[in-house]
Amino acid sequence: MAETLTAAPPQVGSFEDLESVVIRFAGDSGDGMQLTGTQFTDTAAIIGNDISTMPDFPAEIRAPAGTLAGVSGYQVHFSSQDIYTPGDAADVLVAMNPAALKACLRDLKPDGFVIVNEDEFTAGNLKKAGYVDNPLDDGSLGSHKLFRIPLTKLNRAALTGIEGLNSKAIDRSKNMFALGLTFWIYDRPLSATLDWVSRQFKAKPEVIEANHRALHAGYHFGETTEAFQVRYHVAPASLPSGTYRKITGNEATAMGLVAAARLADKPLVYSSYPITPASDILHSLAALKHFDVRTAQLEDEIAAMGSTIGAAFGGAFAATGTSGPGIALKSEAMNLAIVLELPMVIVNVQRGGPSTGLPTKTEQSDLLQVLFGRNGESPIPVVAPATPGDCFDITVEAFRMAVRAMTPVVVLSDGYLANGSEPWIVPDPSKMEPIQVSHPVSFGPPAEGAPDFMPYQRDAAGGRPWAIPGTQGLEHRIGGLSKEPGTGNVSYAPEHHEQMVAERAAKVARLAEIIPPAEAHGPESGELLVISWGGTYGSVRRAVEDAQAQGKSVAHVHLRHLNPFPANLKAIMDGFQKILVPELNGGQLSFVLQGRFGRPVISAPKVQGQPYKISELAEHIRAALA
Amino acid sequence: MSTTIPAASLQPLTRQDFVSDQMVRWCPGCGDFAILAAVQRVMPELGIARENIVFISGIGCSSRFPYYMNTFGVHSIHGRAPTLATGLALANPELTLFVVTGDGDGLSIGGNHLLHILRRNVNVNILLFNNRIYGLTKGQYSPTSLPGHKTKSSPMGTVEQSLNPISVALAAEATFVARTVDVQSQHLTEVIRAAVAHRGASFVEIYQNCNIFNDHAWEYVTEKDQRDDRQLLLEHGKPMLFSGGKKGIRLRGMTPEVVSMEDATIDEILVHDAHAPSPHLAFMLSRMNFPEHPVPMGVFRSVEKPDYAHAVVDQVVTAQSQKGKGDLAKLLRGAETWTVTPHRGAADGKGHG
Repeated sequence: MAETLTAAPPQVGSFEDLESVVIRFAGDSGDGMQLTGTQFTDTAAIIGNDISTMPDFPAEIRAPAGTLAGVSGYQVHFSSQDIYTPGDAADVLVAMNPAALKACLRDLKPDGFVIVNEDEFTAGNLKKAGYVDNPLDDGSLGSHKLFRIPLTKLNRAALTGIEGLNSKAIDRSKNMFALGLTFWIYDRPLSATLDWVSRQFKAKPEVIEANHRALHAGYHFGETTEAFQVRYHVAPASLPSGTYRKITGNEATAMGLVAAARLADKPLVYSSYPITPASDILHSLAALKHFDVRTAQLEDEIAAMGSTIGAAFGGAFAATGTSGPGIALKSEAMNLAIVLELPMVIVNVQRGGPSTGLPTKTEQSDLLQVLFGRNGESPIPVVAPATPGDCFDITVEAFRMAVRAMTPVVVLSDGYLANGSEPWIVPDPSKMEPIQVSHPVSFGPPAEGAPDFMPYQRDAAGGRPWAIPGTQGLEHRIGGLSKEPGTGNVSYAPEHHEQMVAERAAKVARLAEIIPPAEAHGPESGELLVISWGGTYGSVRRAVEDAQAQGKSVAHVHLRHLNPFPANLKAIMDGFQKILVPELNGGQLSFVLQGRFGRPVISAPKVQGQPYKISELAEHIRAALA
Repeated sequence: MSTTIPAASLQPLTRQDFVSDQMVRWCPGCGDFAILAAVQRVMPELGIARENIVFISGIGCSSRFPYYMNTFGVHSIHGRAPTLATGLALANPELTLFVVTGDGDGLSIGGNHLLHILRRNVNVNILLFNNRIYGLTKGQYSPTSLPGHKTKSSPMGTVEQSLNPISVALAAEATFVARTVDVQSQHLTEVIRAAVAHRGASFVEIYQNCNIFNDHAWEYVTEKDQRDDRQLLLEHGKPMLFSGGKKGIRLRGMTPEVVSMEDATIDEILVHDAHAPSPHLAFMLSRMNFPEHPVPMGVFRSVEKPDYAHAVVDQVVTAQSQKGKGDLAKLLRGAETWTVTPHRGAADGKGHG
């Protein structure tokens, strides 16, 4: 049921209220879709909607124009209700070319709107996208409501006469035309984007003019074409009161690292090697030098890990970030950090694997790698954020754990959290608990006959003194060889080796003392317990709540701590007949839970480089209860 | 942790102050003993507080070194010592750092890290013990083993070209490059002193004898009665004379040649310039080898450039002077915020932070 502009019936002006809407902006990787989506999101957030977003872009910087491989998408879910995910399927698809239409149509609801730039539906572009016939004309769009807009032509017309602007620059701003149109449809103000453009292109008045005009033109086009008979309102959500901002997971991680260092009154040394999708953390931190953040881009992943160890030995708050094959490369040096017993944080923004895998797509498939992927007995604490904003809290917590137990701690973020965004209540740093760090201090040269400094003498939590170079009288040597307990002197004695292995395991296990207990969302006992971890939190929580609303006996535990587990996890599990574990890997948490607790679980793996949809989880819950 | 510890409060230290309580476990007769003794001897002369000195090593015989020094130390993993030194310098640029490595640790598994710590000019003293063999793993050929060298892993002789550590260091933009010998303790001490005095990455190749797996590897150049004729002791600003002044190095076109001073005047002899901005001369010297030429010993190159960790911290200082010390609350607020109040239950305006 294609709707052509000329055939639009003249009934305009009414508003319809919607609870929530999912829009997917899709185009060529050069079409500025990430920016368009971000701007729509910012405005939705400022208006007060709850938001959740999911960028989806190719690994190639500029895949061949017009091809399916080059499609870049940005999905934003905005709502008057509390939402957990970017949405299973889109209500609106804005497709800037045939490839975008083809790649994203399957994620559109059957009655969803398709807004296309019909100027791009040329014979050549159709061929590049693999269309034999023009889908705008052959009825293949079925029940979707189609709006064909000569967007390129309209935008060019709107931008005529701007001094110093070539045709390429004019066409580049057509994403603003599309954004303006969606702003009109959903009755959004233009001011936030207009301001952003003015700030962003301060030195280029002609670019500001172009983008402003394009945005307005798109908006006014909505008003004047009469193609859109109804506009929609999505009211502000009743979020908990507070001051909010929009945040992505990588932004939150970077700020968490800075905050942790500040809470301990320490410099932050962040050593990293560029890798998708973790690089943004390095970029963010490199711009925060005035927080005494010292960033280093090392020669490789191994060096970044080694530098982190060196910085920790020197007494800084040391961290590194990586992804995919990077965590494999770091594993040798992670083991050194474990046996040296120095505090540091290793952020792993998981992506699809194995090997190079899916650099820009999400997965949770590094859990077993970080738990067990090193030689010897090498326990390491592992935590995982549940939402983009939680990346902040979990990173601060990771440093607390690292300092207490004198150990590296792994933060398992993922691509979905890293690039996804949500509204986030801005924390007040003055109300955050300081991170207590104590270095043994010098008492001058050691007296004759006084006992030597014992670098591996255990404290109450199982940690050891963090004595740093520059402290007189505490000179000592540490290394990767097996050690004598207490002194840390090299020792191959069987009982020394076994004792040190046990001491390192014990201090990690004892972190459970400061880990908040797991919370069962729903009944304390019943038929089914769904256990999830990491970035699947939102979709699992919603699927469980939907099942509960249908009267099903199901509860949800979301784990933010993978090693050690919260102390009460076993007790919660014991209250349920069945346990379902959905995760974006081949069943890694299932494997660990079964090994640890000796009871079978139902594994629900998904390994497509895409997040779980609520509908898929609902089906798993239904099947588990059947 | 950029805490500067004043050296004034020091009591004079002795060699014994730098000897740790650990039993030295190298093979009897190993060249490492002489190097350890020389380093321990030179330490008290440096005027650096013991607690501000850190020895970092990788894996291999040479890498046991930190255990025997009564300073701070880390015995890390194979080839990675430069990476730890880099991070440690970032945490505290005022420390005096040593990386002790070997031809396998530094040029094979850790080759990449060596290149990059040199080009970054991290303020560290790298002592590369070159014995042309893997000792700790019991005698396989190394990246500096000569072509044809027969070892356990090359019974018919290696088919690989060997690396020249000095050439590698110069190619990696090292600001201080020197060569010395385990058995020439006075020269060794002088070179180490010069290396420590240099701010930035100092690279010192030390010819070291492994008497178990590659005995006599350097004998052709270190044997006492032949030394004078086979070594060229480099001194900045001095003509390149050797063999008791009877021979010298002269340039013919782009090639150095050995001339008898009976056939040449002193003006024709190349004068060493370790401070030349370009590494041309140093690189040429690095390619000179016996028997065609004497083997150059001493400081090939010593030029001043900013050191890495101080440059990083300087940017912190600059950023703080431009933007003020970071305001965490402001950072967390970001560019745009909005407020939800309990009464309205809705959004209320926005702010630019």
